[in-house]
Formats: sequence, structure tokens, C-alpha cells
Amino acid sequence: MEVGVEHRLSPTSTAAGLPDDGHVVIVGASLAGLHGAEALREQGFAGQITLVGEEPHPPYDRPPLSKRVLAGRMSADDTGLPQREDFEAQWRLGTAAVSLDRAAKTVTLADGDVLGFDKLLIATGARARPWPKVHEAALGGVFSIRTRDDARALQARLATRPRRVLVIGAGFVGSEAASVCRELGLDVTVVERSPAPLVGALGGPAGSAAGRLQRRHGVDLRTNTSVRSLEGDGVGRLRRAALSDGDILDVDVAIVALGAVRNVEWLAGSALSVDGRGVRCDAYCRAVDSAGQPDDDVLVAGDIARWPHPLFDGELLAVEHWDNAVRQARVAAVTMLHGPVLQHTALPAFWSNQFGVNIKSVGVPARADQFAVVQGSVENSAFVAAYGQQGRVIGALAVNMPRALDAYATMITNRASFPPVARIPDAPDPIRVLDTALPPLGQAAPDAGRPQPDEQRAGARPSL
Amino acid sequence: MRVVVDLARCQSYGQCVFAAPEVFELTGPEVLEYDSAPSDHLREQAERARAACPVQAITIGPAAGPTRDATAAPPRSAAIDTVGGQR
Repeated sequence: MEVGVEHRLSPTSTAAGLPDDGHVVIVGASLAGLHGAEALREQGFAGQITLVGEEPHPPYDRPPLSKRVLAGRMSADDTGLPQREDFEAQWRLGTAAVSLDRAAKTVTLADGDVLGFDKLLIATGARARPWPKVHEAALGGVFSIRTRDDARALQARLATRPRRVLVIGAGFVGSEAASVCRELGLDVTVVERSPAPLVGALGGPAGSAAGRLQRRHGVDLRTNTSVRSLEGDGVGRLRRAALSDGDILDVDVAIVALGAVRNVEWLAGSALSVDGRGVRCDAYCRAVDSAGQPDDDVLVAGDIARWPHPLFDGELLAVEHWDNAVRQARVAAVTMLHGPVLQHTALPAFWSNQFGVNIKSVGVPARADQFAVVQGSVENSAFVAAYGQQGRVIGALAVNMPRALDAYATMITNRASFPPVARIPDAPDPIRVLDTALPPLGQAAPDAGRPQPDEQRAGARPSL
Repeated sequence: MRVVVDLARCQSYGQCVFAAPEVFELTGPEVLEYDSAPSDHLREQAERARAACPVQAITIGPAAGPTRDATAAPPRSAAIDTVGGQR
């Protein structure tokens, strides 16, 4: 999302100590790694770039994996990303990095090779959070959707028309997978611990709307429910799942969609500020060490990075979005070449397609405590909602109204007051402010079906 | 040739659909889909779509990754058939 503050150059530019014939090592050969490397070339870096990737595949695009690839409308092989025409780099694919020695400025690879670097970009991202019970996770028919190989295998299994698919977790990936199952005419049960789908990312009211959408499309959605166990047959194939609501389901495919785990293990001895939430860095993408000091030669970008966004009062943000990986890696490249002159201030921006609707968000709806539909209507599946925190607009969501979102990005950047005041013909009158923590009361669409018990205890908080 | 669209930036204006109907399509009122690996004879229309995009969300180029002659010196780096993990 263009917000006009991304490319501000400080007047005190300094050289960053990367020799013209220096060596940049990029660990993580996915979207962030590729864009970091391309940005170095675009800005004239002529030295050596080595891209290290654990997967054997060159960089590929992940968003289609849980959508078109799963539906069989796009080959997993066609997800490869484009690169610049004249792009040159060394590639070490199929080889994980296993350790970083910042004092020696070396990265050790799984095959024993040691790469020396002048600058390092850490872009190892995240992996799918596995089903916690190892024996159950190993059953045939239990899948994740993170890699291109995951998606290829699951697509092939769905094409054999399983009797029922169980989706564990109703975040974006799980919801998109459920959407594909319905598109394919497969029976699908979605189990979600929270009171609604997408509630962690978008809050209660939008999550409730998403739940109604799923049910309208024939999803057997079980909220406030968890999977107690997965059970195999005699030859290790999934055949049943026991749910916390007491039901035992006959299923032969389970899709584990429990979010992501950051790939930080290889940084254990690096004395960087690293934990399960990612690698801390500053707004110039410099990794911060365990004493709180930035390392000019070690940069971080993409899903693994946590950085203080100036718009959100220096709270550390970690953003697992396509757009963020690209922009943050490009800032990291600038810092490598020119030092700390350009801050990564892009607003988080996200999209999803599921159940026939286009969903886009900007800012940080997950941190908001208030929600208000400000354009259109939820019932018509075309609306914009603003998200507020402490009286400020900090996020916005657009469902089937993608062109409306730029105006709200500007409000977020300008710290506009919440709820926003706009003279727009399709604005509801009055605008009702709801608590994001709970699903709305009496806001259900007329076709919502029987509300869940959790929806009935919700408290609306009209304030206008 | 590979095509990728920054769909967070895309606002479904649909200019690409007119410029390159064999590469881009709107499958819902606001849902853009596209052929990420179109054949080379569609290059010209894909380039027209890139130029026509009001928010410059389209990137086109050769598939990323090592070319046959440009892989890293150690032979094992070319072992594309080894099984990778999830990092």
C-alpha cells in the first residue's frame, strides 16, 4: 500500500562498508531473499551474491498454493517467481544454513561448507506449525500447506475425492483450503478453537461474518472446538478424528493449518536477539544483538523479522505478508549499500480470496480493540471496516471493495481519529462501533443460520 | 516467462484483462487470476498489461533461479533432486 512515507532518505547518508567486490550472503531463497538480491543489483552492486535455500526449488510464489494450486487450476511447477533479465547470483539450493558466526562473518551450511560474507541477509522465514502429536502427524492423509511440495501432494490427494476433509485451524490458510474443498464439491469440516474464523487477524465481528460465509458455502464449521486426536487404520492412514465437542468424524484427509513457526534455530549461537517470535531488527533492517545493539553487517527481512514500526509507537511488528517481504528486503539492500538511511515504514497489507470474495486489509487490525463498518454492508458481502485502538484508526478491511482501501491507508498513516468521519454515500448511518474482542450481537446477516452460543453472549457497544 | 502480481497492491481495475486476455482474468467481481507461466508468444500482451496496470502491480521476467551455467561451483549445489525441508 503506497502511503508516501516509505522512501524518505535521511540527509546524513553514510557509506555502509560493502566493498564493490564484496560478498553478500542471503540465507533464505524465497520472496524476501530474491527481492533483496534484485534490489542490490538494481542499485548497482557488482560483487558476489550467494542465495542459500533449504528447499531444492528456486524462489516460488506461495499465495497460490492454498488457492489455485490446491484447486488443480495451476501447476505447483508454475509458481516460480520471475527475476530481472540480467540477474546474476550464485545459488546454493537444497542446502540449509546451520549456524552463523558474526565475529568471523561466516555462515556454515548443512553440507559443511562455510561461506564468508561482508553483509548477510537473514530471510529464512517460517515453516508450517506441525500437528503436535508426532505419531498422528505422520499418518498418511495428514497435510500442511506451506511449501510447493506440500501443495502438490495435497492437490493430488484432493483429486482422488476423499469422503471428508478435516481442516484444523480457521486462519487464512485453513479458510482458503476449506474454500477450495467446497469449490471441488468435497465435504469439509473446519475446526477452530476461537469463537470464529480469522478472529486472530481480523477480530470478532469480521470473524463472525467470515463464519457465516463459510456456513453459507456448506462448510461444517465447528468453532470453540479443537481436535483431540487423529486416528489411523492398520496401515497408517488417517481414518478418524475425535473432536472436543464429542464427535468422532470419519475423515481421510486432515489439513493442519495452525500457523507458522519461525526458522530461527540456526541462529542459536549468533548472540542476536532471537526467539520463537523471530529475529529483532531495527527499522533499517539491521539485526539487533542480545545487548540491543544493531549489527551493520547482518540484516533481516520477511516473515522472520520483528521491527519497531514508527506508526505503532515502536511496538515490534512481525508481518507474514507477501508485500512486507518484498519491501523489507529492499530496505535491507539499501542499508547494506548506504547504511541506515531508509526506514521500513510500509504499512502491512494483505489479501485473500475465499468463498468467492476478495478480502484485503491494511494496517494492523489484529491489534485493534474497536471495529466499525464504514462503507457498504456485511449482509451484501461488500464493505469496508475500520479498526481502532485508543481512538486512532490503525487498520482497515475491505471485502469486495479493494479500491476503497487506499483512503484508509492514508488515515492510518495520518493517525486519523476513530471512528473515521467521511461523507461517503454508502456509509452506514449511524456508524456502529463494536468491540473486536467479541462477536457482535444482533449483527448477524439474515441468512446466518443458527448462531453459535458464543455469538449470543456477545456485547455490542454502539457509541454513535 | 514468469508473471507475478502483487495482489495486495492490485485494485482490480482490470486493465490487464483487456491488455492480455490470455494471461489475466477476473473470476469474481474483484478476484483477479492469471497465468503465472504463460508461453513466450504471449510476452507482448503480458508486457502491455504490465504497462497498463494503474498501480504497477505486475512483474514479468525469466524464471528465478540458477541457469545451467551459473550454478555455484560446488557440484552438490546443483542437486535439485535432493529433498528439502520446510525452511
